[in-house]
Amino acid sequence: MFRFTRTAIEPETLRQELADPACGGYASFEGWVRDSNDGQRVRRLEYEAFEALAVREGERIVGEAIARFRLAHAACVHRVGDLGVGELAVWVGVSAPHRAEAFEACRYIIDEVKHRLPIWKKEHYLGGDSGWVNCERCAAPATRETEPSASHAHGHAHRHGR
Amino acid sequence: MAERHPSPGAAAPPLFGLVLAGGRSTRMGRDKAALTYGDGTPQLERAMQLLAPHVARAFVSVRSEQADDPVRARFAQIRDTRENIGPIAGLLAAQAQHPDVAWLVLAVDLPLLDEATLAQLLKARAPARTATAYRSSHDGEPEPLCAIYEPASREPLAAYVGAGRQCPRRFLAESDALLLDEPNPRALDNVNTPQEYGSVMSLMDRKSSGEPKRQPSSEAKRLTVQYYALLREQAGRREEALVSGARTPRELYAELARRYPFSLGPEVLRVAINAEFGDWSTPLADGDAVVFIPPVAGG
Repeated sequence: MFRFTRTAIEPETLRQELADPACGGYASFEGWVRDSNDGQRVRRLEYEAFEALAVREGERIVGEAIARFRLAHAACVHRVGDLGVGELAVWVGVSAPHRAEAFEACRYIIDEVKHRLPIWKKEHYLGGDSGWVNCERCAAPATRETEPSASHAHGHAHRHGR
Repeated sequence: MAERHPSPGAAAPPLFGLVLAGGRSTRMGRDKAALTYGDGTPQLERAMQLLAPHVARAFVSVRSEQADDPVRARFAQIRDTRENIGPIAGLLAAQAQHPDVAWLVLAVDLPLLDEATLAQLLKARAPARTATAYRSSHDGEPEPLCAIYEPASREPLAAYVGAGRQCPRRFLAESDALLLDEPNPRALDNVNTPQEYGSVMSLMDRKSSGEPKRQPSSEAKRLTVQYYALLREQAGRREEALVSGARTPRELYAELARRYPFSLGPEVLRVAINAEFGDWSTPLADGDAVVFIPPVAGG
């Protein structure tokens, strides 16, 4: 299950939907609004999503995690709208027969959600400025590479000189 | 079955095939092995099809966490044993498992690789050298990811990696590899970014003008465009309906960028058509809803 919400995420209610007597483990991940980013003090955040596509792609991610880690249940809820510091922006929960898969699946879901879903975040800073994360410096495409170069591994080396 | 390429005197070692599909596709933003062109065949499947007639056995090179991925799971696999050293990891693992064969190595992201290019490489194979490869039509350097590595390359390659080096081009450049000129100068163009993908797609469109049911047309069509995030602010609107002669999303974006002060170039955007991810060169049809997707930041 993947969905968006405009009101506060309630993990306790969501957690109960994953309960299953066949499961020995439950793991969850909560993404919170932090008070700083990239050296700037953040006052509040604004999340926006292309919901029709994001829900489809989000359901695909959850489905992939269930198949890949042999989960019993998995769910992800993402907030949109205005959020203050400390608020819950995204919640992932999974239940599985064993803990290792539960931990790994949480990580998989949040990583894929961050990379694949059309969701955008605008930060409003204490000084009054604001900016769309990952967009403001996009004129130089190289700034999108967020992983250290060694981890792009395959596909990197034969581009020398192009 | 193995196609033999005996050199005068001694029989060449058997040839196995390896398609490198262990990358992270970071710049592409989605899995290059699953990417399709024209006829809808995933890149990995296409590469395996090209390879199979020429080799005794064909494998796909993967990282262990990719082993169960549906696109990769249907092929015989060799898992990387080293991380973060690039494509050379795939060849190292293959040579460790089968040290006495030669390896025909192909990258998964060579959509323009053609039969003629592969055939010429096989015909020219020099089993007495470390490797046989093409010289890049772009910069004259060896192209390591459409090449044949002889068993004699195994020890030098292991030593090269052992010394902390990982660039397969330099490895070949410093070896006695036989280097050939490419019969088709674009055959080994690799595709790492959505922009390169779009340019190869439009090259194929121009070449094949064939069956695909959607044909690019410059007739006027009614389109809706929705804007999000930074593009919404720069367009000053969430949505608009327009009549446009744009044949593809690429042309549509260029048209809109003349009207609005967009700061993002197409190389950092993705495209959705009717709420599914699409391509920059997909022909647009009357009634399509198009969204240009700025770099995302969920979570």
